[in-house]
Amino acid sequence: MRPVIPYVMAALLFGIGVYGVLRRRNAVLLLMSVEIMLNAVNLILVTADTTARAALPHLDLITPHPPPPTGQVFALFVIVIAAAEVGVGLAIVLQLYRLRASVALDEVPLERIDA
Amino acid sequence: MTAADVLLLGLGAVAVGSALLVVTTKHLVRAGLYLVVCLGAMAGLYLVLTAELVAWVQVLIYVGAVVVLLLFAVMLTRAPIGASDDLDRPGWPAVLVGGGAGLGLAALLIDAFRWTTVDLPEAGTAERLGSEIFGSWVLPFEVLSVLLLAALVGAIVVSRPDIGADR
Repeated sequence: MRPVIPYVMAALLFGIGVYGVLRRRNAVLLLMSVEIMLNAVNLILVTADTTARAALPHLDLITPHPPPPTGQVFALFVIVIAAAEVGVGLAIVLQLYRLRASVALDEVPLERIDA
Repeated sequence: MTAADVLLLGLGAVAVGSALLVVTTKHLVRAGLYLVVCLGAMAGLYLVLTAELVAWVQVLIYVGAVVVLLLFAVMLTRAPIGASDDLDRPGWPAVLVGGGAGLGLAALLIDAFRWTTVDLPEAGTAERLGSEIFGSWVLPFEVLSVLLLAALVGAIVVSRPDIGADR
């Protein structure tokens, strides 16, 4: 297996996610782009884990056993954090829609509104 | 080129292509459905890369839960049937930064791993990953569960105006 293939795919996906975050003005589409970026990072973690475990087959010299899949554990953690992030993010988006009847991000006032 | 390489190339092309459609389509609901294709292809990539448990968790949590939440949000905010023209900002800075980040990282990784070939190690099954999580990483795991609970409570507080903070 050539690890360069999934590495390059992950880099391209990350770039696409950055493009989406900067380009989209709908808040839900922006969250989708953030998900693409998080998945690119997960792909990097899993590929690095595969590469490292294949390159270092026996880390523990005294009691030789296969190296642990630490990168995959990290990928699971990132998935959990992404789930938490999307929950809170969508709650904020829904509240924004309730207040302003629009989810366009460049119409969000950054200063405080004294109603 | 081994069979794993061919699978990685094909699934990666599907993932990158559908991700491009997610960030360029004019239809809100279709963006969510293209996201399903993208995340499913990435689950396939994880399977080829021997990350079994991560692939199934990806299918369960991302394709099953996160995309459904996003589609709910699309429906609850505004659900135009058909194309909408006001989804995008002017594109040149986004093309510059996104293309620069993507192609720069790709060039860096190609330079580092151009000729590397590795044999696939043994699969990260639920048994191995479970013993690793509950052996070495049990404290981060518990912190993450507290984080999930906090996010849940926070989402409820934010989305209910009658119990939220005073404005």
